[in-house]
Amino acid sequence: MVSTTAPTVGLIAGGASLKAQLRRAERARKLKAIGLVVPLFAFILVSFVIPIGVMLFQSIYDPDIKRLMPGTAEALARWDGQGIPDEATFAALVTDLAAAQKVKKAALIGRRLNYELSGMRSDIVKSAKIASKMEMGPYKEALIEQATLWGERDVWAVVKRAAQPYTPYFFVTSMDLKYDSDDNVVPVPENEAVYKDVFLRTLHISLLVTFLTLVLGYPIAYMMATQPPRVANLLLILVLLPFWTSLLVRTTAWVVLLQTQGPINDLLMASGLVNERVQLIFTRFGTIAAMTHIQLPFTVLPIYSVMKTISPSHMRAARSLGANSFYAFVRVYFPQTLPGVAAGCLLTFILCLGYYITPALVGGPTDQLISTYIALFTNSTVNWGMGSALGTILLVATLVLYFVYNRLVGIDRMRLT
Amino acid sequence: MALPAYATPIERAWYVAFRVICVVVFVFLVVPVLIVIPLSFNSEAFFTFPMPGLSLRWYEDFFGSERWLTAIKNSAIIASSTTVFATTLGTLAALGLSRAGFPGRALVMSLLISPIIVPVVISALGMYFFYNTLGLISTIPGIILAHTALATPFVVITVTATLMGFDHTLTRAAAGLGGRPHTVFFRVILPLILPGVISGALFAFITSWDELIVVLFIASPETRTLPRQMFSGIRDQISPTITAAATILICLSVVLLTTVELLRRRSEKLRGVRP
Amino acid sequence: MTRVKQRSTVLGALAVAGVLAATGVKAEDTLTVVSWGGAYSESQRKAYYEPFMAETGIKIIEAEWNGDVAQVRAMSESGNVTWDVIDTGSAEGIAGCDQGWLEEIDYAMLAQPREKFVVGGALDCAVATIVYSTVYGYDAGNLPAAWNGQVPTTIADFFDLEKFPGKRGLYKRPFVSLEWALVADGVAQADVYDVLRTPEGVDRAFAKLDTIKDQVVWWEAGAQAPEILANGEVVMTSAWNGRLYNAVKNEGRKFVLVWDHQALDFDYWTVVKGTPKLDLAYKFLAYASDPVNMARQSQFIAYGPSHADAIPHIPQDVLKDLPTAPENMATAFTQDAQFWADNGEALTERMNAWLAQ
Repeated sequence: MVSTTAPTVGLIAGGASLKAQLRRAERARKLKAIGLVVPLFAFILVSFVIPIGVMLFQSIYDPDIKRLMPGTAEALARWDGQGIPDEATFAALVTDLAAAQKVKKAALIGRRLNYELSGMRSDIVKSAKIASKMEMGPYKEALIEQATLWGERDVWAVVKRAAQPYTPYFFVTSMDLKYDSDDNVVPVPENEAVYKDVFLRTLHISLLVTFLTLVLGYPIAYMMATQPPRVANLLLILVLLPFWTSLLVRTTAWVVLLQTQGPINDLLMASGLVNERVQLIFTRFGTIAAMTHIQLPFTVLPIYSVMKTISPSHMRAARSLGANSFYAFVRVYFPQTLPGVAAGCLLTFILCLGYYITPALVGGPTDQLISTYIALFTNSTVNWGMGSALGTILLVATLVLYFVYNRLVGIDRMRLT
Repeated sequence: MALPAYATPIERAWYVAFRVICVVVFVFLVVPVLIVIPLSFNSEAFFTFPMPGLSLRWYEDFFGSERWLTAIKNSAIIASSTTVFATTLGTLAALGLSRAGFPGRALVMSLLISPIIVPVVISALGMYFFYNTLGLISTIPGIILAHTALATPFVVITVTATLMGFDHTLTRAAAGLGGRPHTVFFRVILPLILPGVISGALFAFITSWDELIVVLFIASPETRTLPRQMFSGIRDQISPTITAAATILICLSVVLLTTVELLRRRSEKLRGVRP
Repeated sequence: MTRVKQRSTVLGALAVAGVLAATGVKAEDTLTVVSWGGAYSESQRKAYYEPFMAETGIKIIEAEWNGDVAQVRAMSESGNVTWDVIDTGSAEGIAGCDQGWLEEIDYAMLAQPREKFVVGGALDCAVATIVYSTVYGYDAGNLPAAWNGQVPTTIADFFDLEKFPGKRGLYKRPFVSLEWALVADGVAQADVYDVLRTPEGVDRAFAKLDTIKDQVVWWEAGAQAPEILANGEVVMTSAWNGRLYNAVKNEGRKFVLVWDHQALDFDYWTVVKGTPKLDLAYKFLAYASDPVNMARQSQFIAYGPSHADAIPHIPQDVLKDLPTAPENMATAFTQDAQFWADNGEALTERMNAWLAQ
């Protein structure tokens, strides 16, 4: 704005002050614009960005051991990792464990150490009971005698590592890696590797569902866009009805449909296509069918909103210039719908990445997506570090995707209706 | 789409195939939604076909149960508050963003719509940790806050889209003619962007009304919403009451959608637009 | 930043005020009791909640959970407690005490002597309410033809895909499934937990589960077990005995319960640490631990009472369907609560990793 008005203004006598005035007015307008955005900006910052930041922080910050075993953590900072630590460290350990026992937090220490060394939980609880009965040193021999684990260097290595409040441990685990006893990062055994598969599966299912919604959705969007408004609006209601129906209702419907004794199987049997009932529910097929159904309106609506704005005269012009209808469609019509296609697909793909309820109800154990594991760690095993680390990886993947979309299409062009 | 007179036979075949495909897709879209309706009249406590008999026991259960009614009340409060907050904040922000030369527009826009870019489970997790420290967890204001964050991007997007075709000289003209800012807004801007605002508000409402994942993380028994209660209905205490609830909701949707469509036709007729 | 905060506080306060005005929430004289849903919650509603509300005027708000302790822990740690009384299993009852998110029970407040409760049922932070068991069942009204008229009677049969082909339902948590796997693999019942305490023992249990893995449908909430059996998704499923029994009694299903190696366990009443309604919670616990009141529950679901004095109040024809009836007890074992408190989380994570593969 400034650049276009400035030269004109400059020609007027006494332009300098007018120019300044204009600039001031311009600045005031800009401030007003910013003022309009600030409330939402602040709101999103507080109610959304900060919580996400807290989550990110949680994936690398794990202060339990440091907090509950302050003396041991300090003493171990001086330990070189060779042999068994000295008497002073043992004295600190006994003090810390006895204090933890008193406030009933010994189980929490055991819990955290158990992540890395299975079986530590009950050992720590036992050690804490022993420690609270020890009145005087020397502690080293006495403790090792009653709780042999403290005579093992590897146990101390785990405690030392866990005593670091900032730790990449959860990310290491999220990538199917682990620390060996010398603090090297190594892959976990084949039969314990999970997350890489789950991430790939999440990506694969999301891509497939996005593709299916596009293939099914494009024709009906086209049909709606080319019908007279009266018919188009009726068809639009058919798209909006599932969209407005609760996700849970639709998932329940799929549970009913896919059952072995359910209507789809009844139909298949009656038509003679199959001789015995097919397993549909708790399978990958069921998961994809249900997800495609649920996501279809999300893909269709943005495509339709773009198609609505394309004038039919473009196609007619192409035809009259000698293009056959296929050529005209591919070269003239389709490119114009791309922003809608991109918006719809992005929306569906991102929503798919976060799916959790539907796979849980219609999928089998090998059809669960990454969100299931995030929820599981957060809600049932209370391993918030792991939940956050998996969440962070998913977040980064989504942001990369969004960045690419923004580069290719531009976020301004996203439309929903 | 009418077929032009000069269509070739192959084009005609394509046209028929295309129509068939569309019908199949529409069936795929609608039938799964309708399948729950007959089940709501099942006399038995399992989701099975064929149904041994018909009864209204799940409707009685629905209307007689305090938990379902509480859930509806909570959902209504949460969804309507969310709609008001989200629509206000979102519309203001969209107005600001649409001013020419807004500094760092792309970045700010990205941030504002980030709640729909980030998978909900991540938002839920973050909100769970953060709201917990604020004591907002399990409270209705907490849920409204969370839902408003999730819903505003829809308002921002729809209103921005409407404003793209908005002629800003109109505002200046109105201001130039002596209109005070709020007069300009209510008399000039709002009527023009109203369709965008309404559709944004609808999206905001439905986002909150149907939101489950955040609620699973942060709601408590007293603050349970309709989706949360339905989730119990399929998971914790499998009861066909959920099909009765679903049927009622579907009927509501149909009524709403039809009303909107009828209103639109009426306004078209009044304005003399011919379809 | 401060301005941002201020603004949000103002917004937050406005929202709070608006909602409070709209709902008129009043917090006193209600008690939130959380339990496992379905037929079980219904039996509690009839046996305890409704008469308790009528008698005391205290309103009980019901909710369900499925053993996910995170919410309880977060609640207790933040001091923002909205669940007051929870019906937990043994592992949660012990872990909650260890980790400090459950109140210690003052048995004097219950007016019931501690030794009147079933052995292992009066814990520091949890008082047993019922004796239930995990069994498996099949649908006699819908026997697969491939079974040739035979029916399963032992745990080994559950793992025998050749003799009894078809899908099985199992709980999507390690409890009982691992024990049964070892028993079916030939481990003597008395040694099961010793074997499970070793890494090799855990591997062995999973190896046995591997043999039926592709035929298993996993249920997560108690109500799902009878559901998948009823709709023919599975031919047999593990379940909590009361859930199967209720489908027989109330929905007319022909489910048969197999009591071989039934895994007994208790459910407990616990109180969340930091609840502002401690005295109401005790009032409820005392009411629910009263033998006469407790005896009522067995009539609504086939779970046994935890209080010795309750048994005489239960009619004979109800007693025979309880897990504790002598004819059902021949090979029964009690789940090792301490073992599961120690290893439950680690084995749950292990199981989920195993399931994902």
